[in-house]
Amino acid sequence: MVEVATRTLPLSGVHGGSSKVRLEPAAPAARINLRVRAEDVAALSAALGVDLPVRPKTSASANGRTALWIGPDEWLVIAEGNTDIGSMLVAAAAKSGALHSATDVSHRNTAILVSGAGAAAAINTGCPQDLSLQAFPVGACSRTIFGKVEIVLLRTAEDAFRVEVWRSFSDYAFGMLAEGARDAAL
Amino acid sequence: MLLIHCPYCEEERSELEFRWAGEAHIARPENIAAISDEEFAEYFFLRNNEKGVTYERWRHIHGCGRFFNAARDTVSDKFLMTYKAGLPKQPIPAATKAEAIAEEKTVETWEQTEGDAR
Ligand SMILES: [Zn+2]
Repeated sequence: MVEVATRTLPLSGVHGGSSKVRLEPAAPAARINLRVRAEDVAALSAALGVDLPVRPKTSASANGRTALWIGPDEWLVIAEGNTDIGSMLVAAAAKSGALHSATDVSHRNTAILVSGAGAAAAINTGCPQDLSLQAFPVGACSRTIFGKVEIVLLRTAEDAFRVEVWRSFSDYAFGMLAEGARDAAL
Repeated sequence: MLLIHCPYCEEERSELEFRWAGEAHIARPENIAAISDEEFAEYFFLRNNEKGVTYERWRHIHGCGRFFNAARDTVSDKFLMTYKAGLPKQPIPAATKAEAIAEEKTVETWEQTEGDAR
Protein backbone atom coordinates (compact mmCIF):
# COMPACT_ATOMS: atom_id res chain seq x y z
CA MET A 1 0.00 0.00 0.00
CA VAL A 2 1.32 3.39 -0.94
CA GLU A 3 1.38 6.00 1.75
CA VAL A 4 0.55 9.43 0.42
CA ALA A 5 1.15 12.58 2.43
CA THR A 6 -1.57 15.11 1.85
CA ARG A 7 -1.02 18.77 2.63
CA THR A 8 -3.74 20.76 4.29
CA LEU A 9 -3.97 24.49 3.75
CA PRO A 10 -3.35 26.45 6.96
CA LEU A 11 -6.82 28.01 6.64
CA SER A 12 -8.58 24.90 5.39
CA GLY A 13 -12.29 24.98 6.27
CA VAL A 14 -12.39 28.40 7.92
CA HIS A 15 -15.48 30.57 7.62
CA GLY A 16 -16.03 34.29 7.93
CA GLY A 17 -17.55 37.28 6.23
CA SER A 18 -20.66 39.38 6.30
CA SER A 19 -23.45 40.61 4.06
CA LYS A 20 -20.94 42.99 2.40
CA VAL A 21 -17.72 40.94 2.39
CA ARG A 22 -16.91 37.42 1.31
CA LEU A 23 -13.82 35.80 2.88
CA GLU A 24 -12.36 32.56 1.62
CA PRO A 25 -9.00 30.79 1.72
CA ALA A 26 -7.35 30.88 -1.71
CA ALA A 27 -6.57 27.65 -3.53
CA PRO A 28 -3.02 26.30 -3.09
CA ALA A 29 -0.53 28.27 -5.14
CA ALA A 30 3.17 28.22 -5.94
CA ARG A 31 5.22 31.27 -5.07
CA ILE A 32 8.77 32.44 -5.43
CA ASN A 33 10.45 35.44 -3.94
CA LEU A 34 12.72 36.85 -6.63
CA ARG A 35 15.61 39.28 -6.32
CA VAL A 36 17.16 40.58 -9.55
CA ARG A 37 19.24 43.61 -10.55
CA ALA A 38 17.68 46.06 -13.00
CA GLU A 39 19.97 44.99 -15.87
CA ASP A 40 18.80 41.36 -15.60
CA VAL A 41 15.05 41.96 -15.33
CA ALA A 42 14.54 41.25 -19.05
CA ALA A 43 16.36 37.91 -18.85
CA LEU A 44 14.28 36.77 -15.86
CA SER A 45 11.05 38.01 -17.47
CA ALA A 46 11.80 35.89 -20.55
CA ALA A 47 12.71 32.84 -18.45
CA LEU A 48 9.55 33.06 -16.31
CA GLY A 49 7.18 33.94 -19.16
CA VAL A 50 5.83 37.02 -17.39
CA ASP A 51 7.10 40.60 -17.67
CA LEU A 52 8.37 41.64 -14.26
CA PRO A 53 6.83 45.08 -13.63
CA VAL A 54 9.32 47.85 -12.88
CA ARG A 55 6.92 50.55 -11.66
CA PRO A 56 6.12 50.67 -7.93
CA LYS A 57 2.83 49.09 -6.80
CA THR A 58 2.16 47.34 -10.12
CA SER A 59 1.72 43.70 -11.14
CA ALA A 60 1.65 41.76 -14.40
CA SER A 61 0.06 38.44 -15.38
CA ALA A 62 0.79 36.03 -18.21
CA ASN A 63 0.86 32.26 -18.73
CA GLY A 64 -0.91 31.59 -15.43
CA ARG A 65 1.70 33.52 -13.49
CA THR A 66 1.40 36.83 -11.69
CA ALA A 67 4.46 38.93 -10.86
CA LEU A 68 4.05 41.52 -8.11
CA TRP A 69 6.46 44.46 -7.69
CA ILE A 70 7.56 44.38 -4.04
CA GLY A 71 10.64 46.61 -4.15
CA PRO A 72 13.07 48.02 -6.74
CA ASP A 73 14.83 44.64 -7.02
CA GLU A 74 12.26 42.31 -5.48
CA TRP A 75 9.21 40.49 -6.85
CA LEU A 76 6.70 37.91 -5.63
CA VAL A 77 5.75 35.53 -8.45
CA ILE A 78 2.57 33.52 -7.87
CA ALA A 79 1.35 30.60 -9.98
CA GLU A 80 -2.02 29.06 -9.19
CA GLY A 81 -2.13 25.31 -8.97
CA ASN A 82 0.02 22.54 -7.61
CA THR A 83 2.74 23.84 -5.33
CA ASP A 84 5.30 21.72 -7.20
CA ILE A 85 5.24 24.57 -9.69
CA GLY A 86 7.20 26.51 -7.08
CA SER A 87 10.28 24.45 -7.77
CA MET A 88 9.48 24.69 -11.50
CA LEU A 89 9.57 28.49 -11.16
CA VAL A 90 12.93 28.24 -9.41
CA ALA A 91 14.20 25.98 -12.21
CA ALA A 92 12.83 28.31 -14.89
CA ALA A 93 14.55 31.29 -13.29
CA ALA A 94 17.81 29.33 -13.16
CA LYS A 95 17.63 28.85 -16.94
CA SER A 96 17.81 32.64 -17.40
CA GLY A 97 21.57 32.47 -16.94
CA ALA A 98 21.44 35.81 -15.12
CA LEU A 99 22.51 36.46 -11.54
CA HIS A 100 19.45 36.33 -9.28
CA SER A 101 17.97 34.81 -6.14
CA ALA A 102 14.77 32.77 -6.41
CA THR A 103 13.41 31.27 -3.20
CA ASP A 104 10.44 28.92 -3.15
CA VAL A 105 8.03 30.38 -0.59
CA SER A 106 4.94 28.38 -1.68
CA HIS A 107 4.36 27.00 1.80
CA ARG A 108 5.56 30.02 3.74
CA ASN A 109 2.59 32.03 2.49
CA THR A 110 -1.07 31.33 2.26
CA ALA A 111 -3.70 33.65 0.83
CA ILE A 112 -7.14 34.97 1.73
CA LEU A 113 -9.53 36.18 -0.97
CA VAL A 114 -11.55 39.19 0.12
CA SER A 115 -14.39 40.26 -2.14
CA GLY A 116 -17.64 42.17 -2.17
CA ALA A 117 -18.81 45.76 -1.84
CA GLY A 118 -17.15 46.11 1.59
CA ALA A 119 -13.83 44.43 0.70
CA ALA A 120 -11.69 47.59 0.79
CA ALA A 121 -13.39 48.76 3.99
CA ALA A 122 -12.73 45.39 5.66
CA ILE A 123 -9.03 45.54 4.74
CA ASN A 124 -8.79 49.17 5.80
CA THR A 125 -9.82 48.21 9.34
CA GLY A 126 -6.21 47.04 9.75
CA CYS A 127 -4.32 48.48 6.80
CA PRO A 128 -3.36 52.16 6.42
CA GLN A 129 -3.11 52.21 2.61
CA ASP A 130 -5.37 54.33 0.44
CA LEU A 131 -7.49 51.68 -1.30
CA SER A 132 -9.51 54.07 -3.47
CA LEU A 133 -9.53 53.03 -7.14
CA GLN A 134 -7.47 56.14 -8.01
CA ALA A 135 -4.65 55.27 -5.58
CA PHE A 136 -4.93 51.48 -5.75
CA PRO A 137 -6.44 50.45 -9.11
CA VAL A 138 -7.14 46.90 -10.28
CA GLY A 139 -3.77 45.16 -10.61
CA ALA A 140 -2.10 47.34 -7.97
CA CYS A 141 -0.12 45.51 -5.31
CA SER A 142 1.93 46.35 -2.27
CA ARG A 143 3.66 44.85 0.68
CA THR A 144 2.10 46.56 3.67
CA ILE A 145 0.85 46.04 7.20
CA PHE A 146 -2.47 44.59 8.37
CA GLY A 147 -3.00 44.97 12.10
CA LYS A 148 0.15 43.50 13.58
CA VAL A 149 1.23 41.37 10.61
CA GLU A 150 2.85 42.03 7.26
CA ILE A 151 0.84 41.18 4.15
CA VAL A 152 1.15 41.52 0.39
CA LEU A 153 -2.03 42.99 -1.02
CA LEU A 154 -3.14 42.59 -4.65
CA ARG A 155 -6.31 44.09 -6.11
CA THR A 156 -7.75 41.49 -8.50
CA ALA A 157 -10.97 43.37 -9.34
CA GLU A 158 -12.71 46.59 -8.32
CA ASP A 159 -14.24 44.80 -5.34
CA ALA A 160 -11.78 41.91 -4.84
CA PHE A 161 -8.38 41.55 -3.20
CA ARG A 162 -5.88 38.79 -2.58
CA VAL A 163 -4.18 38.99 0.81
CA GLU A 164 -0.91 37.05 0.91
CA VAL A 165 0.16 36.34 4.47
CA TRP A 166 2.75 34.18 6.19
CA ARG A 167 1.07 30.92 7.19
CA SER A 168 1.78 31.24 10.92
CA PHE A 169 0.05 34.65 10.89
CA SER A 170 -2.91 33.46 8.83
CA ASP A 171 -5.25 32.71 11.77
CA TYR A 172 -4.68 36.22 13.06
CA ALA A 173 -5.14 37.79 9.62
CA PHE A 174 -8.33 35.83 8.95
CA GLY A 175 -9.74 36.69 12.38
CA MET A 176 -9.00 40.39 11.91
CA LEU A 177 -10.53 40.31 8.42
CA ALA A 178 -13.63 38.57 9.77
CA GLU A 179 -14.04 41.37 12.32
CA GLY A 180 -13.39 43.95 9.60
CA ALA A 181 -16.00 42.28 7.39
CA ARG A 182 -18.58 42.60 10.18
CA ASP A 183 -17.66 46.25 10.72
CA ALA A 184 -17.89 46.93 6.98
CA ALA A 185 -21.49 45.69 6.98
CA LEU A 186 -22.64 47.96 9.82
CA MET B 1 -0.59 59.43 11.71
CA LEU B 2 2.51 60.67 9.88
CA LEU B 3 2.82 60.17 6.16
CA ILE B 4 6.37 59.53 4.97
CA HIS B 5 7.40 59.85 1.33
CA CYS B 6 9.33 56.75 0.23
CA PRO B 7 11.74 57.66 -2.59
CA TYR B 8 11.52 54.10 -3.97
CA CYS B 9 7.73 53.66 -3.82
CA GLU B 10 7.43 57.27 -5.00
CA GLU B 11 4.50 58.05 -2.76
CA GLU B 12 3.55 58.94 0.79
CA ARG B 13 2.82 56.01 3.03
CA SER B 14 1.78 55.57 6.64
CA GLU B 15 4.46 55.70 9.32
CA LEU B 16 3.26 52.20 10.39
CA GLU B 17 5.16 50.76 7.41
CA PHE B 18 8.49 52.36 8.43
CA ARG B 19 11.26 51.88 10.98
CA TRP B 20 13.81 54.40 12.16
CA ALA B 21 17.40 53.27 11.53
CA GLY B 22 19.68 55.78 13.24
CA GLU B 23 21.72 58.77 12.17
CA ALA B 24 22.53 59.03 8.45
CA HIS B 25 25.78 59.69 6.61
CA ILE B 26 28.08 57.92 9.04
CA ALA B 27 30.94 56.58 6.96
CA ARG B 28 32.79 53.48 8.13
CA PRO B 29 36.50 54.33 8.46
CA GLU B 30 38.47 52.67 5.68
CA ASN B 31 41.36 51.87 8.03
CA ILE B 32 39.11 50.34 10.70
CA ALA B 33 41.80 47.98 12.06
CA ALA B 34 44.31 50.80 12.49
CA ILE B 35 42.20 53.38 14.35
CA SER B 36 42.35 53.89 18.12
CA ASP B 37 39.66 52.79 20.56
CA GLU B 38 38.62 56.43 20.98
CA GLU B 39 38.27 56.89 17.22
CA PHE B 40 36.32 53.64 17.00
CA ALA B 41 34.01 54.72 19.81
CA GLU B 42 33.44 58.03 18.02
CA TYR B 43 32.47 56.22 14.83
CA PHE B 44 30.53 53.34 16.38
CA PHE B 45 28.78 54.63 19.49
CA LEU B 46 28.66 58.41 19.58
CA ARG B 47 25.75 60.19 17.89
CA ASN B 48 24.84 63.85 17.76
CA ASN B 49 21.21 63.46 18.92
CA GLU B 50 20.36 66.85 17.42
CA LYS B 51 17.48 68.93 18.63
CA GLY B 52 16.02 70.38 15.45
CA VAL B 53 16.80 69.36 11.90
CA THR B 54 18.59 66.03 11.74
CA TYR B 55 19.53 63.55 9.00
CA GLU B 56 18.44 59.99 9.62
CA ARG B 57 18.20 56.63 7.93
CA TRP B 58 14.74 55.16 7.70
CA ARG B 59 13.63 51.82 6.33
CA HIS B 60 10.39 51.10 4.48
CA ILE B 61 10.41 47.71 6.16
CA HIS B 62 6.73 46.79 5.61
CA GLY B 63 6.82 48.12 2.04
CA CYS B 64 9.63 47.99 -0.49
CA GLY B 65 12.11 47.04 2.23
CA ARG B 66 14.56 49.79 1.25
CA PHE B 67 16.68 51.99 3.47
CA PHE B 68 16.65 55.68 2.56
CA ASN B 69 17.66 59.01 4.09
CA ALA B 70 15.37 61.59 5.63
CA ALA B 71 15.75 65.08 7.03
CA ARG B 72 13.45 65.38 10.03
CA ASP B 73 12.86 68.10 12.60
CA THR B 74 13.05 66.37 15.98
CA VAL B 75 11.13 69.18 17.68
CA SER B 76 8.04 69.20 15.46
CA ASP B 77 8.54 65.61 14.13
CA LYS B 78 8.06 67.01 10.62
CA PHE B 79 9.76 65.23 7.72
CA LEU B 80 11.39 67.94 5.59
CA MET B 81 12.47 65.65 2.75
CA THR B 82 13.56 62.11 1.91
CA TYR B 83 16.03 60.84 -0.68
CA LYS B 84 17.53 57.57 -1.84
CA ALA B 85 20.29 55.79 0.07
CA GLY B 86 23.76 56.29 -1.39
CA LEU B 87 23.18 59.92 -2.33
CA PRO B 88 25.32 62.55 -0.56
CA LYS B 89 23.71 64.69 2.14
CA GLN B 90 21.11 66.83 0.37
CA PRO B 91 20.60 70.49 1.27
CA ILE B 92 17.16 71.34 2.64
CA PRO B 93 15.35 73.81 0.36
CA ALA B 94 15.27 77.27 2.03
CA ALA B 95 11.48 77.54 1.91
CA THR B 96 11.01 74.15 3.60
CA LYS B 97 13.52 75.10 6.28
CA ALA B 98 11.84 78.44 7.02
CA GLU B 99 8.50 76.65 7.30
CA ALA B 100 10.01 74.11 9.69
CA ILE B 101 11.49 76.80 11.93
CA ALA B 102 8.14 78.59 12.06
CA GLU B 103 6.45 75.33 13.00
CA GLU B 104 9.02 74.59 15.70
CA LYS B 105 7.97 77.75 17.52
CA THR B 106 4.40 76.49 17.80
CA VAL B 107 5.41 73.15 19.32
CA GLU B 108 5.13 72.79 23.07
CA THR B 109 8.44 71.31 24.15
CA TRP B 110 9.22 69.48 27.35
CA GLU B 111 11.43 72.37 28.47
CA GLN B 112 8.58 74.84 28.13
CA THR B 113 5.99 72.78 29.97
CA GLU B 114 8.02 70.77 32.48
CA GLY B 115 11.54 72.15 32.39
CA ASP B 116 11.13 74.55 35.30
CA ALA B 117 8.40 72.63 37.09
CA ARG B 118 8.03 73.99 40.57
ZN1 LIG C 1 9.12 52.08 -0.29
